Amino acid sequence: MLVLENVSAGYGSFQALFGVSLEVNAGESVAVIGPNGAGKTTLLRVISKLINPTSGEIRMEGRALTRVPAYEVISRGIAQVPENRRLFPRLSVQDNLKMGAYLPAARAKFAERLEMVYTLFPRMKERHAQLAGTLSGGEQQMCAIGRALMSGPKLLLLDEPSAGLAPVVVQAIFEVVRRMSAEGYTVLIVEQNVRQVLKVVDRAYLLETGRIKSSGNSAELLSNEEIRKAYLGL
Amino acid sequence: MDIFDVFLLEAVLNGLLLGGILALLALGLNLVFGVIDVVWICYAEMIMIGMYAVYYLHNVYHWPLWLAFASAIAIVALGGAALHHLVIRPVLAAEPINQLLVTGGVLFFLQAAATLVFGVEFRNLGIRLPQLQFGEMYLSMARLIAFGVALAAMIAMSVFLKRSYLGTAIRAISQDRQIMPLMGVNPNRIFLVTSALGGALAGVAACLLVLQYDIHPAIGLSFGPITFLICVLGGLGNMMGGFIAAFIFAQFISVGGFFLHVEWGYVLAFLFFIAVMFWKPQGILGGK
Repeated sequence: MLVLENVSAGYGSFQALFGVSLEVNAGESVAVIGPNGAGKTTLLRVISKLINPTSGEIRMEGRALTRVPAYEVISRGIAQVPENRRLFPRLSVQDNLKMGAYLPAARAKFAERLEMVYTLFPRMKERHAQLAGTLSGGEQQMCAIGRALMSGPKLLLLDEPSAGLAPVVVQAIFEVVRRMSAEGYTVLIVEQNVRQVLKVVDRAYLLETGRIKSSGNSAELLSNEEIRKAYLGL
Repeated sequence: MDIFDVFLLEAVLNGLLLGGILALLALGLNLVFGVIDVVWICYAEMIMIGMYAVYYLHNVYHWPLWLAFASAIAIVALGGAALHHLVIRPVLAAEPINQLLVTGGVLFFLQAAATLVFGVEFRNLGIRLPQLQFGEMYLSMARLIAFGVALAAMIAMSVFLKRSYLGTAIRAISQDRQIMPLMGVNPNRIFLVTSALGGALAGVAACLLVLQYDIHPAIGLSFGPITFLICVLGGLGNMMGGFIAAFIFAQFISVGGFFLHVEWGYVLAFLFFIAVMFWKPQGILGGK
């Protein structure tokens, strides 16, 4: 579904990604793991075209994304839950969800998808009129995921969904991710919480200093000696 | 009723009517600042252009008044979009002081251009709306119309911002500009639409003011500064704050003018403004 070939990117003279290639197939859930500063967030920002790659190719369902402006990426079926959630703090929960359905095609299905999001997160229905900035961290993450789902994406990008959340809330968020991939969503998730994320995804790539260092299915990576030492503390 | 009370009530009502038009003036400026984070110092000069548009279309080219009004609103709306595209967009990333200077430059440009093109004569539509008598009180019909239309325009704007997708995006973009593309929103388009809306509000204000005031190239100076002060008093960018501040200001002007002298009304209003700035520099409802 999503293919990256030799993608390099950076900010000004600082290069964050060096020839990254990866692939996400329809129905899969894939993680990109790695330490802080490895370029994980940059990777998602390149896919969403919030920054342009300096070289390489990005394709979604066979069509090039490389030259598409950022605001058209979502109409290709890619929705992103950004780092730190980035809700609109002074809009209500429901208005945040409405922003997720901004595309004309999504507006027509607003009521239907709102119902779907409220079924997935009953807490969001209870809080629909509350300002998003007043939600707890876990609730904000649910709202941010809900907002991304409102566009009816084929591919969901999640950037560090566990960051800054209490351990019990992290569990709940990963449970949501597991449920979504069970329901057939294609998910690409970027995480530092390696142990937890490898329990819910099919495959993962290890990104270090802007380069893919290894990849494999979750079970393989969990038993990989280097990963156990560096990321699982075993 | 005691004659003094009648005059006081008349002053309060006139203040209320004045508040309506001041609130409309503040709304356009606040909308643009709230979304784009740039103050249109030349806002009142855009209103001046709108007033000239009504005058020329109606009195010189003899278009029906309603059509002249509608066209003037459209012209100033286009002017707002053009202002954003040509002047604001290149300095969006610049220091706030430079943005102020640029729109300040547009102020002088528009004033000078109007002097060149239209001359310095005072002009008016030649329409004299009657004074309406309620018991012993007299209220200006032009002000009553202005109040009603301003209120309707503000309600329409608030419904638009609350209910529509575009309106929600306009509220959202002021809270987080960077992630708007992730929603499928082109921020440039929202800025253009907002600028056109700000211009349209200036156009509506022009239609209402042209019924009450003579038109001349420096007319903007009689309500530009006060509009700016009202916005700051309410909290720059805060539409509700601007609304409340407009009515407070109008009462100072009208009732203060009744007890002392018209000019004293303005003095009191500005003194009040200065006092509030000491107490709450961010404005009545300002957050930041």
